[in-house]
Amino acid sequence: MPKSELMRTSMYAGGTSPVKMIQAGFYNEDCLVYDLEDSVSTGEKDAARFLVYNAVKYQRPKDKYILIRVNGIYSKELDEDLEAAVRAQPDAIRIPKVEYAEEVQRIDAKMTAIEEKAGLPVGGIKLWCNIESYLGVINAQAIAAASPRVAAMALGAEDFTASMSAQRTKPGWEIFYARNAILMACRAAGISAQDAVFSDINDAEGLQRDLEMTRTLGFDGKTCVHPRQIDTVNACFTPSEKEIRNAKRVLEALEEAARNHTGVCVLDGGMVDKPMELRARATLAKAAAAGIKVGGVKE
Amino acid sequence: MELKKPAVAGTMESSDIMVTLRPNEGRGIEIDIQSDVKATFGDAIEATIREVLAEFGVTDAVVAVVDKGALDFVIRARMQCAVCRAAEVSYDWGKEDSNA
Amino acid sequence: MIKNSLGRELPEKIGDYVVRPYQGAYATPAPQETVVTKRVMGHRIPGDTKLLPDLKAAIKASGLRDGMTISFHHSFREGDMVIGQVLTAIRELGIKHLRFAPSAVVNIKNPSIVDFVRDGTIDRIEASGIRGQLGDAVLAGEMENPVILRTHGARPRAIEAGELQIDVAFIGASASDDYGNCTGQIGPNACGSLGYAFVDAHNAGCVVVVTDNLVDYPCLPASISQQYVDYVVKVDQIGDPEKIGKGAARLTKNPRDLMIAERTADVIAASRLFKDGFSFQTGAGAIAIATTKYLADRMRERGVKASFALGGIPAAIIDMYDEGLVRVVECSQSFDAVAASAISTRPGVVEIDNADYANAYSKGGFLNREDFGVLGALEVDTDFNVNILTGSSGEMMGGLGGGPDVAGGAAISIVTIPIIRGRTPSIVKKVFTLCTPGETVAAVVTEAGIALNPRHKSYQELKEDLEKTSLKLVTIEELQQLAESLTGKPKPIETSDRVACIVEYRDGTVIDVIREVKR
Repeated sequence: MPKSELMRTSMYAGGTSPVKMIQAGFYNEDCLVYDLEDSVSTGEKDAARFLVYNAVKYQRPKDKYILIRVNGIYSKELDEDLEAAVRAQPDAIRIPKVEYAEEVQRIDAKMTAIEEKAGLPVGGIKLWCNIESYLGVINAQAIAAASPRVAAMALGAEDFTASMSAQRTKPGWEIFYARNAILMACRAAGISAQDAVFSDINDAEGLQRDLEMTRTLGFDGKTCVHPRQIDTVNACFTPSEKEIRNAKRVLEALEEAARNHTGVCVLDGGMVDKPMELRARATLAKAAAAGIKVGGVKE
Repeated sequence: MELKKPAVAGTMESSDIMVTLRPNEGRGIEIDIQSDVKATFGDAIEATIREVLAEFGVTDAVVAVVDKGALDFVIRARMQCAVCRAAEVSYDWGKEDSNA
Repeated sequence: MIKNSLGRELPEKIGDYVVRPYQGAYATPAPQETVVTKRVMGHRIPGDTKLLPDLKAAIKASGLRDGMTISFHHSFREGDMVIGQVLTAIRELGIKHLRFAPSAVVNIKNPSIVDFVRDGTIDRIEASGIRGQLGDAVLAGEMENPVILRTHGARPRAIEAGELQIDVAFIGASASDDYGNCTGQIGPNACGSLGYAFVDAHNAGCVVVVTDNLVDYPCLPASISQQYVDYVVKVDQIGDPEKIGKGAARLTKNPRDLMIAERTADVIAASRLFKDGFSFQTGAGAIAIATTKYLADRMRERGVKASFALGGIPAAIIDMYDEGLVRVVECSQSFDAVAASAISTRPGVVEIDNADYANAYSKGGFLNREDFGVLGALEVDTDFNVNILTGSSGEMMGGLGGGPDVAGGAAISIVTIPIIRGRTPSIVKKVFTLCTPGETVAAVVTEAGIALNPRHKSYQELKEDLEKTSLKLVTIEELQQLAESLTGKPKPIETSDRVACIVEYRDGTVIDVIREVKR
């Protein structure tokens, strides 16, 4: 798995601050989202568009999955955002506050038209959908399957809880259902499921507890709100030494069974079946992509 | 293209550049650069400024920049933004399309 | 023109200075001769007083004449008020053409040193760096004689070799008795360690202690002993306490600096030398303080304690001492009020002579026993040479400090630096001014990765140790290319042929020169 396909962490860089945009290229996040939306004031939307376009076109950090978050689907900036963003050729465009599959399809069509005009490969740029309201959660399945461009869905917890008149808490029961709904929609569509941010950047223990939930539920990645969260969140999605050892043992057991021509492979008193084998390979691939030396296991 | 009014783009934050454009009808291009790296990158900064003006076909302008160590893409972006604001036009994102 | 072994072109003679070109970090043996001193015996009858009414009286009594050499220490940093008062008194006495030889960089304002250069009071300078107005003036050619720049360790060597001979040393002390026992550890304007003043006290022709706090005899502690002191003068104020040593520096919030610092701590923790009894120094500066904190975390995690921390000491290291992570703190300079007062309150925090810290030509000092030294830099090149003197447009930015000494002595020297600062690339093909030779630099840690120097003596071991981790190892060439791809290629700075500053290495050879910048 090449490093640019890992999506354990995404980090936003506001399109108004050159220094933050440049520095974000050096952190360890897998995905870098240049933002035209919430971090940019109305008066500076044009300036941000130019900065983000030029950054992605001329000083794109290598080894990262690059996204541009455009303004809302019904905003006056969206059309021009897409004209610039598609031509900058990021890996994906991130859409805020998606509620209906039809919205995704409209944006898909606009992107196709721009790609055709610009002579770019049609469909090359993917879409990440931010789900930030109850309607988005209700329609998650349809949104995830709305277009072949959709590569991931992410939960925007703050706006979602506001739409529910709920309270945002650290334990997170108010978003428990939304998390699972999005996860299931992503699994059904075969796309990446991205968890919501943990906003208290000074609470390292709280982040760890939140990540336990993120990981147990099965998310593929999480958005970070501050660079100091990045290493912790990466580690959560990176196989531990123990997991790597176990994965190696599974594959070694399979190799030995193949060498000895025994029909069934047994390890630790249990059968090693295909799902176990695939999980073991995925674990080692994730570890290798994260730069961990797994050494000595044949593909 | 003609500049219709003065316009500013960019900030004084580290690694940014604050660009102020003014119309200069009939008097050509005048550039003033303030920068800590004028000795090493002054020429490069001026070249980018002129390139962007030429890209828009602007022949008359007073350009004053306060540079805080901006990389080239930032200078380009701030200049493009300032020209559009000063000329009161929208940027033609499709101007370099191969299938335009 | 001759070339030294690093390829820098040097004139054979600069005025009356004969250039001995650098030939390698360990190429020069110790001289055979005994040390040179200007110290004379005294003879004080009981009942004599050393206390003089004012600075002018002391200057007259010292016998200071035109053309002599005067010295000061820099432990009061930006808050120093001794140098300005002494130079003003000297000027009022009409003494001129002096050689000014402070122990490091001096950047006082109101008055500024450059005023005394312009009016002829000072016409030679030997220091560790020059900055601000003085730096600009020197690079514009306002001094006829080139400034000689030395590292912290090279200064005591030069004094004992007779190359720098001090006629009158003015030693600012925050507490002194009337017979010259004095210290910087106590008093309202305490600066902490007087480590840089010892060599002057022991070797100058005449020693004048300047204090604003006369204490009852005998002063305790006595960092400098009465037997070396000729005269004592009390003035109203020796320093501005706000600027001498503020409170402890706060941990930086800059994510880039934190990243570099954490990586540096990871490099140290991965090394086989990171074990009980190891030793280190980190210095001042945002990245250094953050590195200290991350290093402390790793020491706690792994149960590793240090035998000593060395050099310029900030509060962060005193915190480590208090926690029991460091057995002894060997302090040549105190960077803040916490570190300053710690010397007198904590038995394991001790004041040391700068020569014991950094002089390569003693019978062996602390640096020869140090495992890890963390250094800052303005530029590093693809040969790992370091520039800590001149900035992007060739301007004087800092001082040599102890950087070249630390690199020359520590087992593993680590330079921490961002690959670009604004639009200026910090990793370049050739540094503008060569201060620390690449062969003594083991590693460079940046936000874009870690580069190890294949020509350093610890390379193989460090490489093996780091390859066991997931730390990002890159080549120095990759870092330089990345920096240039971001900034574009800077226009080379044009200089004239006239040498404004001579940069000496630890052994007194010339490692580089700084020429006047063309306007």
